[in-house]
Formats: sequence, C-alpha cells, structure tokens
Amino acid sequence: MRVGVITFPGTLDDVDAQRAVKYADGEAVPLWHGDHDLKGVDAVIVPGGFSYGDYLRCGAIARFAPVMQEVIEAANKGMPVLGICNGFQILAEAHLLPGALVRNHKLHFVCRDQWLSVENNTTAWTTRYDAKAEILVPLKSGEGGYQANEETLKELEGENRVVFRYVGENPNGSRNNIAGITNARGNVVGLMPHPEHAIDALTGPTDDGLGMFLSLLDTVVKA
Amino acid sequence: MSIDTVKNAESTPDQEQPYKELGLKDDEYARIKEILGRRPTDAELAMYSVMWSEHCSYKSSKVHLKYFGDTTTDEMRSKMLAGIGENAGVVDIGDGWAITFKAESHNHPSYVEPYQGAATGVGGIVRDILAMGARPLAVMDPLRFGKPDAADTRRVLPGIVAGVGGYGNCLGLPNIGGEVVFDESYQGNPLVNALCVGAMRVEDLHLAHASGTGNKVILYGARTGLDGIGGVSVLASETFDDSAGKRKKLPSVQVGDPFTEKVLIECSLELFEKGIVVGIQDLGGAGLSCATSELASAGDGGMHVWLDRVPLRATGMTPAEILSSESQERMCAVVEPANVEAFMEVCRKWDVIATEIGEVTDGDRLVITYHDEVVVDVPPRTVAHEGPVYHRPIQRPADQDELQANTPDSLPRPENLLELIKTMAASPNLASKKWVTDQYDRYVRGGTVLAQPSDSGMIRIDEETHRGVALSTDCNGRYTKLDPYEGARLALAEAYRNVAATGATPVAVTNCLNFGSPEDPGVMWQFEQAVKGLADGCVELGIPVTGGNVSFYNQTGSTAILPTPVVGVLGVIDDVRRRIPTGIGAEAGETLLLLGETKAEFGGSEWAHHVHGHLGGLPPKADLQREKLLGEVLVAGSRDGMVSAAHDLAEGGLAQALVETCLIGETGARVFLEGDLFTALFSESAGRVLVAVPRTEEQRFTDMCTARALPWRKVGVVDPESNALEIQDLGSLPLPELREAWEGTLPALFD
Repeated sequence: MRVGVITFPGTLDDVDAQRAVKYADGEAVPLWHGDHDLKGVDAVIVPGGFSYGDYLRCGAIARFAPVMQEVIEAANKGMPVLGICNGFQILAEAHLLPGALVRNHKLHFVCRDQWLSVENNTTAWTTRYDAKAEILVPLKSGEGGYQANEETLKELEGENRVVFRYVGENPNGSRNNIAGITNARGNVVGLMPHPEHAIDALTGPTDDGLGMFLSLLDTVVKA
Repeated sequence: MSIDTVKNAESTPDQEQPYKELGLKDDEYARIKEILGRRPTDAELAMYSVMWSEHCSYKSSKVHLKYFGDTTTDEMRSKMLAGIGENAGVVDIGDGWAITFKAESHNHPSYVEPYQGAATGVGGIVRDILAMGARPLAVMDPLRFGKPDAADTRRVLPGIVAGVGGYGNCLGLPNIGGEVVFDESYQGNPLVNALCVGAMRVEDLHLAHASGTGNKVILYGARTGLDGIGGVSVLASETFDDSAGKRKKLPSVQVGDPFTEKVLIECSLELFEKGIVVGIQDLGGAGLSCATSELASAGDGGMHVWLDRVPLRATGMTPAEILSSESQERMCAVVEPANVEAFMEVCRKWDVIATEIGEVTDGDRLVITYHDEVVVDVPPRTVAHEGPVYHRPIQRPADQDELQANTPDSLPRPENLLELIKTMAASPNLASKKWVTDQYDRYVRGGTVLAQPSDSGMIRIDEETHRGVALSTDCNGRYTKLDPYEGARLALAEAYRNVAATGATPVAVTNCLNFGSPEDPGVMWQFEQAVKGLADGCVELGIPVTGGNVSFYNQTGSTAILPTPVVGVLGVIDDVRRRIPTGIGAEAGETLLLLGETKAEFGGSEWAHHVHGHLGGLPPKADLQREKLLGEVLVAGSRDGMVSAAHDLAEGGLAQALVETCLIGETGARVFLEGDLFTALFSESAGRVLVAVPRTEEQRFTDMCTARALPWRKVGVVDPESNALEIQDLGSLPLPELREAWEGTLPALFD
C-alpha cells in the first residue's frame, strides 16, 4: 500500500500522517504542493497544519495548489482520500466534501482528548471500527466548527454520511455534533480530530486512530 | 533623504546626536567616540545603542554571570558541546544526539501588546535553537501575571496565552509545559519567558561565525520593515514610566508571522542538511546590527555589508532604521561563493526571499555601505562584545531582616483541614491550568510523551532507540524574595526533582533571570545572591548551566517584581517507554509512599499567601545531596519498573500533590498520616516526592530506599473503587467535587 502525504508550506502534521501509514504497514510517499504528480499512490492524505499560513480562510489557497488538482481528479475517480483538520478544511474548500469549517464557538484554539462515535463504518477509512464504536483521539483546532445549510445537513444525515460525531460537550459548535463526514461514494473522508496522533498510547491518548489507516489497508487490498 | 556618512561625521564633529533618547549614557557615548576617533554616524549610533543596551550587552549582569563559568568544573562540562556565549547551550545525550535548549524573556513587549509580544517571544527563542543547527522540537512557557481578578490581568493573560498558542501552534511545535503564576508584584510587569528545545546529530552543530575571506553573507527570510525598531534598547532596558516628555513606545513591539518562520525552519534545515552553510545567525533583538557584528566578531576577518540590498517592506527607511529593525523571521548565513547558487535554489523551493548582502573581508573592520557611501566603519568586537561593564552598587535591603523576622508562625491555623484542601486546590496558583494549556497544541510531531500537567514535559528524540529528554522550569518568587540565595537553589531543586520524577536523569540547566532595576542596589543584591545560589547549587548537583538570559527593569515605578530566577532543567531518559506518569491508577493495587522528610516549613508558602496574604520568614531549606539521592532512586525505580506514578511535592504540599495525582489519574485513594496533620498536608518542605508503587514491588522499592538512606513513609493506598480522596481522621473528598474546585477557577476568571 502506497499512501501519498501532501506537504504544503505550513503543513505541520505530515510527519505524523507518514508515521501512521507506516504503523499500518503502508509506505508513505511524500507529495509536494507544487507538483502535478501523485507518484502512482493508492490513496492520499491531506494532513493538518496551516497551509500557506491560512491567514485567509483556512484551506482557501491550498485548494488551488497544483497537487490538489490531481487529488480532485483522482478522488472523483474513486481514490481514497483523507483530510485531517486543515486537510478537511482544504477538501471542503475543494468541494470534495460539502459544508465549511468556521471559528470555534468559544473563539479559542482547543487542544484536548476527544471522544468520538463512529457513525459510519462503511467508508474506505472506517471499516475496521464497530458500528457506534467510541474512540478517543486528540482534537486541536481553532476553526473546527462544522457548518452547512439545512438541506446539506439533511442530505448528510439521510445518506448516513456523517462518519464521526463528538460525544459529550460539543467542543467547537459544530452543527449536529459533526466531527467528520464522507462523500456520497464513501472514498473521501474529512474530519477535524487527529487519528494520526492516536496510533500509540505512548504519544497519544490511545491507539484508537490506527483503525483508520488499517481500514485503508483493507480497502486498498480489496480494490 | 540625507544620509549621515562616515565622511559627514568626520567633518561635523560637533553635531548633536540623540544618544540619550536611544538609551546611552554620557560616558558610553564618550567611549564610542573614543573607539571610533570621531563621532558615530546615525547608523553607528543606532548599532552601538542597541548592542550596548542592557538586553544585548548584559552590562550590569556580566560581572556576576562570570560566576557560572568560574564554578563549572571540567567534569560538569564533560557532556557540554557549547555553552554560555553561544545562541544556546548544547549537550551530548548519547546515541549520537545533541540537545540544545534555552529560555528567553519577552516581558516588556508582552505587557504593551500581549498577543504579539508573547508570539514573537516564542518566535525568537525558536530561531536561537535553529541557529545552532538543530531542529526545534518543543516549547514551554513560564508565565507570571498580577492579581488574577484584576481588570488588567483579563487584558494581559488571554492575549499572552493566545499569542503563545497562536504562534507555537502555527509553527508546529508542541507546547509541553511551563508555569502560570499569579502575584500582585507582576501586575504592571507580567513575565513571559519562552523556552525551546531542539535536537541534532552531534556532528551537525553549527556555531555562528564568519570565517573565510570572500565568503558571502546572505540574509534570508522575511523582508525588513519598521517594526520593533529599538525594541531592546527601549522596551527591554527601561522601566515603564508614564512621566511626561517621553516618547510613546507602542510601535516598538514586533509583529510575528509564524507561517514565515515555519517555512524558514524547514528551509534552514534543508540548507544544513546539504552542508552549504559555514556560519549562521538568527536575527532577534537588535536585528542586523546584532547579526552582522556578532558574525563578524566571531570570525577571523572583517565584513562588508551593502545595506541597500536588504529587501524592505517599507519605503524611505534610513540606514539606521534598516540596521536596528527587529522585523521577525529573518536569518543570516555565511556561505562559500561556490555554494551560493545551491543556497538560493533551496530558498526558491521554499519561496523564501534570500539576498546576498555582504562579504567576509580581510582585515578587522565591519564596513557597511549604503548606495556606495560608507555609513558604518567599526571594529565589530567593540559593538558585539566589548560593551560597557558595570559594577553596580550592591546593598542588602534594609527591610530584609524585618521581612525574615516576620515569620508565619503566629498565623492562625485552619479549623477545617478538609475544607482547606479544597480551598487550596481552587486557589489560582494551584488550580488546574487546563484553560491555558488547552489552547496549546501538545501533540504535533508525534513525539510528546508527557506534557502539562505532568511534572515535566517529555519528548521522544529517537524513534528507533526510544531515547528522549524531559524538561521542567520552576521558580517560586516568594521564596526568592525571602532569601534570594536559597530561593534560587530551591528553584533548581524543584526543576531537578520534577525531571527526576518522570524517570529522567537531570543533565543540564538553563535559566531566565527576571529582576527589577539593576540601578537599585537592593535588586542587584538579590541578583548576585540568586546567581550564587544557582551556581553553587549546580556544583552540588554536578550539572552545568549551559546558557541563560537576564531580564532587568521588571518593575512598576520604584517597586520591583518578586525576584524570579526561572530555572530550566534538562533530563535524559534512555527509553521513554519507561517514563513515570503523574496520575495514579495505572496498575491494579498500588501503595502510596512519601519519599523525603516533612518539617513545619511555611515561610513563603502558598497557604500563607492565599489564606493570609502573608509573605515573611524564611523559605524551606533545600538539601541538594538529598535531591540527588531522591533523583537516583526515582530513575532506578523507573528503570526497574518499580514505580507506577510519581508526583513532586511543591507549592501546596502533600495535600495538593494528592489532589492532583488522584484527579489526573481519575482514581481515588485512602491516605493515613501521622503527627500534626496541618504540617503533614500543607508544609512545603523540599526534597519530597509522592510515589505509587505496585504492591508487588513495594518491598523491593522500600528496601532500596532504606539501603540508600532515603527516608520514606507509607501514606496510603490507591483505591480504584472509591472515586474519592479519603484522609483518615479527616473525612472524604469526592473526586467530582475536587475536580470542580481544581478545574473551575481559571474558566470562571477568564471565560
């Protein structure tokens, strides 16, 4: 399994995403923002950070990076794509996923260990989880509030496209406690929390996040 | 725009110059004239004034700081690869890894503009670490504020916390610890100290110098603007004073751009990796004045700089302004001519602006031209290293005896100890700092093994061998006020103990010495005593001070802050998987042991402060031989898997340690104490650690303590069923109630 991990200037969690791929016995392939090339990978992770500084709306610039044009094309053909935190924001800006991420309702950056429930275990990235499983992974973002219009929310809920929901107190004001969603096809997933920081209980709160990368392994092997 | 050239200066010797406004004294100005044999140009005056400022030249502290070097033995130095005088100290930690770490103050800018002041404080210390050739890996921020419920604290604290987080989070460095302390003395002068730690392979150490005639000087990173001009001379070296006639100083605070710094880090590391950098220097306080004069004086030649080549972000800047601008996110490199193109190639990849602004020359002058006119022609050492040295008057304050005589002995003791445990847990200094630390990313880079609220932060350095380092910063300004010598030793003892309590072996020390005005003999006495206490303490513990920072003029009017020598201790752990956590309940069936001895020591205690608003008497006594033994026992306990949790006892004593270890571990405990329960629970005697040991290891561990003559006492058992902290003869405190007390305080104050 070869998994591309994109680095934009200002990307921070690329090393973590690469490590998570390795923990799942995959090969992490670094992808550079300026390249028009996915190097023949089986899947792509758009990691967290502050792409190009994100002084404009988060992800608004990264969405136009050369490498993203390749990602959009591949995603539309069914390649598994995972956006974590800033990566989720970028996928939303790129219209691979609906809705938008806005400033946390309490206006502070929030870094904490967050319980999530797995709402959909049929996407390319979540098959290893039991339905309604509860997992503990870090959440760390200043603009993680998920927003969408009523019609979109209804569609997401109706089609079972909410992948993760916050358990307990809503940490950022997300609509319907949404932490992560998928596209209609189930190959593109975006979430604000960081599964790549929860692959080993030594450096994370748990190893609950590893399931996402192992799920991908199953998806790629089956494909 | 008319430029003041060297030629012009020679022909107009009597022209009046604003040296006083720039912070230079009459005799300092006279000395500059003597060095140059003429009056300085505007640009030269700007350079000397910033470089000879207290912040850059250490003119008041130098004679005292020498004591650190004088007392460091060869044995203490054996693991040191670079020490005081470099951008940051470097220590060999084994497996081919070198660690560099340093703390710095950004107090005054953070009071004027909390967000940007704190943000650029983080940015500056990170570049110091980068300039050693290391990858910055984590930051910590010891912070001190005025009264928690004061209106201005509500302005200053949220801004500073957001600034630390905003910059560090965007830079991608985990924040693994620090301090948040409240005391009235910091009301008009909060302390924002920032520490950064980085790692490199031993062979990759880069020291700042500019050797080799013909080598090119390249400025890279952000453009140079009008921000922060004179920041160090004006802000960091003078007391805030609203008296009439002084120029408003608000524009002196720099503005940070963490994205540019992140790119600068990655770009620099790629340059280091390619081996195309001869010398490197960060641009911090004093900007190009500092970088060019330091690079030139550390090399073996002179330097020529073409100032008009510097990329600017403002129009009409004078040479003096370009030289003293403190625009952030800039670095200066010395590169062999053959490598310039390769250097530029890497910078282009990262979209970093890089400009060849100068050249290393024969001779020993730093010559700076602006459109072919010479505006600076100086011996660089006189700017960078041969600044004024002051032997300031030293006088033990007249009221020191009175202060020490006013002991807490007569303070009324509490009636209800159980209630006091809760009251103290909720007091601002002891309350959970989650409200602050939850705004900092502690996970990025995936190497954080321990972070707040653990006793020390710990990061993994090597993913193959699992080698890691632990860091803690500590200082109790009240102890230091009561006895500066002992207070500094206590700060060292606590940081040392905190590192050992996580299973790491302490190996090196850094400091950030925050004091009032050096022109006050009483403050200089505190400073001298604290330096001696810290240095002597390091000799006793056998670990060197590898670097540090001095911040004077921390006072409001004539009232100085509590003397605050923040001490940072670095420890090494062979295998981070053996770390000792702070919370109990990890293993089934644990016994609680108290290591060390408890005496009735309440001088400067949190109880006296919070309950009685009292400060007087003498601080606890630090026994550093005991601390060393305690550290060895803890490290042995971690290595052999005998200890399942450990928490150091400090402010608030055993009571607070019990509350925290239960709440962090989300597990209850039953405690039985002997003797005077108030003393047992609230004394702040040093050299004590609360440990949890699995019942199967209890005998082996206590035998080891006995054999090594470390006093220990069984004080309780962990009780996973109870969900309460139960203290025999006193009663029971349900954990949810305790948690509400401990975690509720800061949100109530600042949300």
